[in-house]
Amino acid sequence: MSAVEVRGVTRRFGDVVALDDVSLEVGHGELVGMLGPNGAGKSTLLSLVSGQRRPDAGVVRLDGRDPRDASARTVLGLTPQETGLPATLRVREVVDFVAGHYPDPVPTDELLEQFGLADLGRRQTGSLSGGQKRRLAVAMSLVGRPSVVLLDEPTTGLDVSGRTALWDAIRDYHANGGTVLLTSHYLEEVQELAERVVVIDQGKLLADDSLETVLSRVGVRRVQLTDASGTRQEHLVPDSDAFVRDLVASGVEFRDLEIRGASLEEAFGQLVNHETPEGAVR
Amino acid sequence: MSTTAQPRTRSHTQTQPFLTLSWLHLRYQFLETVRIPIAVLGNVLFPSLSMFFFVVPQTTVAGNPLFATTAVAGLALFAVCSASLFTYGLGVAEDRQLPFYPFLRSLPTGPGPQMVARVLNGGIFSLFGVLPLILIGWLFTAASVTPGQLLAGIGTILVASVPFVLLGMAIGYALSAKAALPVVQIILFPLAFAGGLFLPPQMFPGWLDAISQATPTRAGRDLLVQATTGAEAYALALPVLAGWTLLFVVLAIVAYRNDEGRRFR
Repeated sequence: MSAVEVRGVTRRFGDVVALDDVSLEVGHGELVGMLGPNGAGKSTLLSLVSGQRRPDAGVVRLDGRDPRDASARTVLGLTPQETGLPATLRVREVVDFVAGHYPDPVPTDELLEQFGLADLGRRQTGSLSGGQKRRLAVAMSLVGRPSVVLLDEPTTGLDVSGRTALWDAIRDYHANGGTVLLTSHYLEEVQELAERVVVIDQGKLLADDSLETVLSRVGVRRVQLTDASGTRQEHLVPDSDAFVRDLVASGVEFRDLEIRGASLEEAFGQLVNHETPEGAVR
Repeated sequence: MSTTAQPRTRSHTQTQPFLTLSWLHLRYQFLETVRIPIAVLGNVLFPSLSMFFFVVPQTTVAGNPLFATTAVAGLALFAVCSASLFTYGLGVAEDRQLPFYPFLRSLPTGPGPQMVARVLNGGIFSLFGVLPLILIGWLFTAASVTPGQLLAGIGTILVASVPFVLLGMAIGYALSAKAALPVVQIILFPLAFAGGLFLPPQMFPGWLDAISQATPTRAGRDLLVQATTGAEAYALALPVLAGWTLLFVVLAIVAYRNDEGRRFR
């Protein structure tokens, strides 16, 4: 039995097909990163897995059960959107409120301590900085000791040290056997954390494979060089060898040639653009 | 960071007990409402001001214990209807547009505890509106009740508020905040008038009185007047109130079930 199972799921909003016959299985203890431009269907998929919505067609299972059933969600944790925290409530009140839904929650003090929020327990959430809100959001997803966690943009808007700290918490949770499905704008984040990458665009699953395979399948290379006028140029090419041969044969002057494999970001851009020429890539 | 938040290896359990969850949501909702003082003040002020403008200056009403008590009862019920319909009709509709709302719906709890908490929270804030009315009635008019009648009155008004909280929730879950506001207004004032909350129904012509007796406001008012003054309510008052309550329970649950939340992204 998988931690998350999505089978042949279609979800429409009026005329818009948000998800088109999507299937995805996440095994226990996996850490899967989900990538896609805005409006690709990532949030819709998460809302189906967390039981907020019903699919129009297909089956969604959380640990083998229908997530629309409240007791099936006792194994689930997820982050609220950062802007969605109830502004007038205190940090401790919000954490206690979420914790109260679970049979064996992490004691609030310990949790606040772990996420560096111990001194902020009495502050209203509306007065927190963006980074503090993000930490609180991730803390809220983990307070119930869930076996499956859905993280929607967990570190958006954080500085480098804040991001690294949260990454450590997520890795830590995963290392102890937790299942993670995360979406991110930061391809670096997915590259850093995920073992498996799912690319979704216009409601369709474009790729679902290990990080390396997704990178290699796209197979682009990044070639950088400085031309005769001293301008640094960058080319993304499918075959760097042929590119360099042509470059040399053409007799154009250049220096500081550099070739390396594309990052996930570049691979992703290539993949999405490939399918949708006008694709809105971030 | 230390390793505190770890996954539980144990598999599925039941959700927390219904009462635990209801208490949790009641605390949460109460704190959220009370931290915005203007919302509380509005509930307290409107009925009290009406009392000062429409009842206290009229000596024929204010000087007669039965009329004055009846007037306090009518306005008290209006305070409750208004608080319930606005807080829940508009409040729920607004909550649904907040980004925190989808998160709430994904917590391991069904709609029950949240609805129970809404109803209780509505009762608490209705009382905040009713208490000053009782004080004004006691200090500035001839209205009088025995302690027993007062308790019976408070009990009755809490029961009478339930259908209005549920109706408010049905509206809140079915409509957007922009649509909920006029709908609440369109429902509240005719219901309040037809139910005799502003003018005593004894002044109504026969046909209006017949319609009036079918409204939940009239049923609630007459039961409240009976509890506080001893003047007998019409025989169908309790069944009428119970019938509307049942209908609004169904409407509220249907509206909640159909509500798929607002589409985000």
